[in-house]
Order: sequence, then C-alpha cells, then structure tokens
Amino acid sequence: MIKLTRALLAASAASAIVLSGCAATDSASNSEEGAATGETTTISMWSHAAGNDQEIATVKEAITDFNASQTQYEVVLEEFPQESYNDSIAAAAASNTLPCVVDVDGPIMPNWAWAGYLQPLTIDSALEQSLLPGAKGYYNDQLYSAGAWDAALGMLARKSTLEAVGARIPTVAEPWTQAEFDALLAAIDATGDYDYAIDWGNGWTGEWFPYAYSPIMQSFGGDLIDRSSFETADGVINSDASVAFGEWFGSTFAKGYANAAQTGDRTEFIAGTIALQYNGNWAVKDAYEALGDDLLILPPPNFGQGPKIGAASWQFGISSTCESPEGASAFIEFILQDKYIVAFANRIGLIPATATAAEQVPNYAPGGPFAVFVEFSNSYGVLRPPTPAYLSVSTIYEKAVADIINGANAKQALDAAADEIDANLADNDFYR
Amino acid sequence: MTTLTRARKRLFSNSLNAKSARAGILFVLPAVALLAMFLVAPVVLAFSLGFTNAKFASPNEPEFVGIENFTELLSLGQVSVDADPSDPNSAYDNLRDLTKPAADTPYAGMQILNESFSEDGTKADFTLAGDALFWKSLKNTVIFALVIAPLQGGLALALALLINSKIKGKVFFRTIYFMPVVTSMVVVSILWIFFYQKDGLANVILDNLIPGYEPIAFLTDPNLALPAIIFMSAWQGVGFHMIVWLAGLQTIPGELYEAATVDGANKWQQFKAVTWPGLRSTFVFVLIVISIQAMGLFTQVNVMTQGGPLDSTTTVVFHLFREGFRKNEIGYSSAIAIVFFILVVLISIIQRRLTRERD
Repeated sequence: MIKLTRALLAASAASAIVLSGCAATDSASNSEEGAATGETTTISMWSHAAGNDQEIATVKEAITDFNASQTQYEVVLEEFPQESYNDSIAAAAASNTLPCVVDVDGPIMPNWAWAGYLQPLTIDSALEQSLLPGAKGYYNDQLYSAGAWDAALGMLARKSTLEAVGARIPTVAEPWTQAEFDALLAAIDATGDYDYAIDWGNGWTGEWFPYAYSPIMQSFGGDLIDRSSFETADGVINSDASVAFGEWFGSTFAKGYANAAQTGDRTEFIAGTIALQYNGNWAVKDAYEALGDDLLILPPPNFGQGPKIGAASWQFGISSTCESPEGASAFIEFILQDKYIVAFANRIGLIPATATAAEQVPNYAPGGPFAVFVEFSNSYGVLRPPTPAYLSVSTIYEKAVADIINGANAKQALDAAADEIDANLADNDFYR
Repeated sequence: MTTLTRARKRLFSNSLNAKSARAGILFVLPAVALLAMFLVAPVVLAFSLGFTNAKFASPNEPEFVGIENFTELLSLGQVSVDADPSDPNSAYDNLRDLTKPAADTPYAGMQILNESFSEDGTKADFTLAGDALFWKSLKNTVIFALVIAPLQGGLALALALLINSKIKGKVFFRTIYFMPVVTSMVVVSILWIFFYQKDGLANVILDNLIPGYEPIAFLTDPNLALPAIIFMSAWQGVGFHMIVWLAGLQTIPGELYEAATVDGANKWQQFKAVTWPGLRSTFVFVLIVISIQAMGLFTQVNVMTQGGPLDSTTTVVFHLFREGFRKNEIGYSSAIAIVFFILVVLISIIQRRLTRERD
C-alpha cells in the first residue's frame, strides 16, 4: 500500500515532464534507421498542420513526388496539431531529437535560430529572390526559413448586413475609422438579428492572439516591445495607446458585441449568427463558396495609425542537428516550386509566395475575388518584433489579452505584462 | 549416511535458492529499468535543475543559483500605498513604482495576490507574492482536491452499492459507468467544452429543469469554470473508483449480512455495521488515490480553459507546465515540481496517519 502510494506520488510529480519527452522520442530513430540501410538517407520532417486536411495533403503530395523524383533521400513526415507543435519542438530540442526539416512560424524563427535549433538555410538564389518578403525569414542578416505563402487578415462581412444597417462599405484607400466601426457594431447589435456582432477569433489560442491583436494595438499607436533596442517593454506595451487598445478591445466583449466564450470552429459567420468575422485569407474560401457575391472582404479599421495586419506565416527551415542539410534544402526547394505554391493557394486560400504562382491562381490573379488580400498584405503588413524574446513576449501578451477579454482592467493587465516581459529579458541577459 | 543426505539436501536447497534468486532478479529487471528511466531519473533531474536557472531553449549554459527559484516562488509581502478615491488606477500606479522589476525596493518584481481599499478610499493594502500565479494555482488545486475527494468517492460508492445489489443488467451498468474511464481525458474534455457552451447540452438540460433559466457560458465565468471542471472530472473518474469499491464489497462475507438480518438490522444499520467497517482498507485506498490524482490536475485545464478565465482554473501542474514549456523556464519549473512533490508527500503522510489511527 505504502509502496503503491509512493510510486503514484512520484509518478504524478514526474508525469508532466515525462509525457512531453515521450512524444519526441519516436521520430528520432527515423534518420538513424534510414542511414543504416546505406541506400537512401531518411530526412525526417515535422509539420504543424495535423487536422488541416488540405494543407497536409499538399505537403504529402510534395513529399511523395520528391521521394519518387530521386533515390538519394526519403522524406518522412510526422504531423502535429498546431496548438502543441512549438512545445513539441522545444521538448525535441532538449532531448536532442529534432527532425531534419521543421516548419516554423515566422515570428518564432529568431528565437529558434538564437536557441540553436536552426541552421541557416541555403536555397537557390533565384528562388530566394522570387519569394515575397513575408515568405522569407532573416535573422542576423541570414536566411533561416522560407515558405510557400504569406497570410493576411481581413474583416469578413455580408454586403446585405451592411446595407441593412446603412453602413459605408470601406475601401483600401478609405478604411473605416474607429468611430464608424463603433457605430457599426452598435447598429448591428441593435438589430437583434445576430447572437453577436463580431467574431474576433478568440476561441483560437496560442500565437493567434499576438498575430491577430497586436497589429490592432499598433493601429492604436501601441506596440509589444521597444523596437529600437528590444530591451524593454515598459512604456510600450503599457503605453497610453496600448491601454486605449486594451480598453476598447475589452469593451467589445463587455458590451456583448463579441463572445468571450467564442469556440475555435468559427462557423457562426457562415451560419449567419454572427455578422462580422476577423479572419485570415485561409478561411475565406469556405465563406466565398457559401456566400458567393454577398461576401465582402474588407480592410480592418483604422484606429489612428492606419489599418495594420500581421505579416509572415509558416515557413520551412532546417534543424541544426540535421545530418543531411543538402537533402533537406533540396526538399525545401522542391516544395517551393510554383506547382505546390499554386496547390497551397488553391486549396487553403493563402497568398502565393511568388508572383509567377499568383498568376496561375484564379482567386489571387489581378481581379480575382481574393486579390484584395495581396493589397492588404502590401499596404498594412507589419512584422511582429523580430527578436528571440518574442516567444516569451507572445506568451505573456496572450495571457494579458485573454484576461482583458474576461474583464480584467486593461491598464493593470498590460502593466503586469510589461513587468513580466522586462523580468524575462533581464533573466535571459537580454537575449544577446 | 544421515549427514551426507543432510548435506546434499542443504546443497540442493541452496542451489534452488540461488536459482530462484536469479530468476527473481530477471523478473524484476524490466520493471526496475523502466522505473529508473521514467521515475527516478526525472525526479533526480527535477531536484538538480530546481537549483539552477536552466532554460529549455537557450544558447547560454545553466548556472547554479542556490535557492533563488524557491525564494521567488514562495516569497510573500504586505504593503500599503496611498490611493486617490477619484482615480481607481492611482493605487496601482503607486504600487507599481515599488514593484517594477527595476525598482530599488524589497518588493521589486512582486505581483498582486490580494488587495483591499480603506473605507474612504485613500489607502490601499496589497498582499504581494513573488509568483502570484503559483498561490492562485495552489488555492485552486486544493479546492479541487477537497471537493472532488468526497464527491467522486461518495458517488462511486453509491454506484457500487447499486450495482452490487441483485438487479438485472449488472454488467451493462458496470460497462456504462466505466466507459468514461477508458476514454482519453483529452477527448472527454473536448466533448465537455461543447456541453458547457451557451447553447450546449448542460444549458439545454438546465433550461428544461428550471423555468426562466438564463443560459450560462460555464467555462468563461470566473466563478463557475472551476466547479464545471470539478463536475466533469468527477463524472469521468467515478467508474474507476466504483470498480475499486465493488471489489471491496465483494470481499465482505455474505454470512455477516445473514447474521445481521437475523438480528433484525435494517438496510441502513447493515451498511453502518457491516458494509462500511468491511470497506475500511478500500476507503483508505480510494481516498489516497483520488487525492493524488486531484493534486495532479492538468489535462482538463490545458484543454478546456488554459487556466483562465482570470486565473480561476490555473493549477500547480498547469503552472509548472506553462513556466517550463511555454516560457522555457525549466529551472524554475523544476523548483515548482520540488515544492509540489513535498506538498503531496506531506498530504499523503497526514492522510495515512489520520486513517491509521482508527484502525
């Protein structure tokens, strides 16, 4: 009895650590086994897109084609759900079992490069030249990651909704002002036709929070961290402008315009129970198929400093422990062919990373229904702070915004975030 | 002749002993190896990392920092500052001058755990903590354990008594109650997220039971999120403990009940005088297992609420996970694990003492 108790005790204390370690161990053996056969070298690859059928199908197609196109390398894919992908990479790095090819979210890349997870990426220079800026990741002036697409956010609405409340349809040249947008939310709420006026996407957790909401904060004039030195957040993340954003954003929930209990499936806009949806271009395809010409893709409001949206999405990189970087970069060059870029864009609706690919995607070709996203991306795109500290900044910011959504005082939540970020910076010797 | 046989006998038995000892070692070897790898090693690792500033992802070498992690984790402080009754933020601004990481005060880097304002609003008292989230997590974990132990244990006993009586379809009910236990907690948690939504099953049921009921989004209400998780956890684990109680019930000899019936005892008297004393050791087992499981609450929180809303469901293990894996502070996270380990050992020792006295 006592023995059993002790065993359970120790198990419960250790389980958290052990569990996360386990996930990583399987894949490690892949590359070794492959090397042992002497014929083909196995290149292990991790993807964050488990559950995203269209995206993973394209990745798999590229892998099958690549494996069939030559005999020297064999790429083996392992899929992870996006929510736990970064945790899995951190655990794999700690146990020295990183896969060869990783995919990495643009803003996180500097942290992984700084921590030594990644090695600089060498791809064909013509290919490097042809990629959109938002599809390439540089740290210390070196290319570390490259991707097949960029993403852009916009405000989705029905034309019929806006006409019903008599709201102006904004354009890139003349987006909504804050006053117009506030009036619109109030007018939609007053119709009583919808459960909520807007779906901010707060049912998604993790990187979505800083990706979606920190550009709005920048539109107010705030920011996450002092971008001249990257050594303090005090007076930036809790500046008057940032606090004004927090108070305004929290008020959309407090007034019942948005649902603090929003879930991640985000089907309400298409179903017609929520009037507006703040979402990325990857989600627009479904809405377009359901609503057709009634769908409007609108620029986000201008809260003072012009509309802003996050730039840089998921890209491919090579881990520092990869034993055959030539094979890995050969695969990355292979998947960045226009053929697959077009497939990604057609299937998941993301912005093609090269101009030549964009011409082959009807939706993104000039005059196409989603071409406006390319304009948003060019006119409003802002990078999240390119610093290794971003990983911590992002986690701390997510908690602050979640607290604000649930009714916390914006000033206190952002003050606490500033203190926590500054403590983290000092703790890590300012990530030098 | 006799001495020879005796010697031979001894020789024979010795070799048998040696053989069985060898076999014994072989038999325990896999278990010992696994325990060493997955239990002993992580515990030793946690104990050593807890005294360093190790980061999960960092090019910098970890340094030994002594008990610094523990002082940050456990430190508490009291301070009162001036407040302006007309400006609700003034007290927090004044406090922040003292608690900024760069401030030259003993409160630098501390966070607000509790606050109270004087009646005229000109003074504010703050309880500060080096890690406010840890104390909130500890409080939630203790509440969870205190509520779920009687709830889950009692419910499991009631179900076991029902199933132990001579009713038809015993196996059917046993299977039904046991089903959530064999379902992955992640799957159960995701399903219950939908149940707890404003238009979810829980609200539909309550709406039908209570006239004029207003639907509630349980998981985003700071007062209801933890109770919602407690209820769902009790439901999920109740089947396991039901089986344990059932095993206990079946060890009670039927003659005792016959004798009690002959003595004229009614059902309740039988339960009090025969069943309950017979379940003594089962009770101790169920209590300790539930408490330890409850202290380790993590999966439900990670899937359903991420510790929110407003920290109302954060738990010690979730806090440990967030510090270690999200913020990469593996040294600090190990320090939390050590403190947590000591706490759970203490609770178990106290429970053993209390239950042993009455034996």
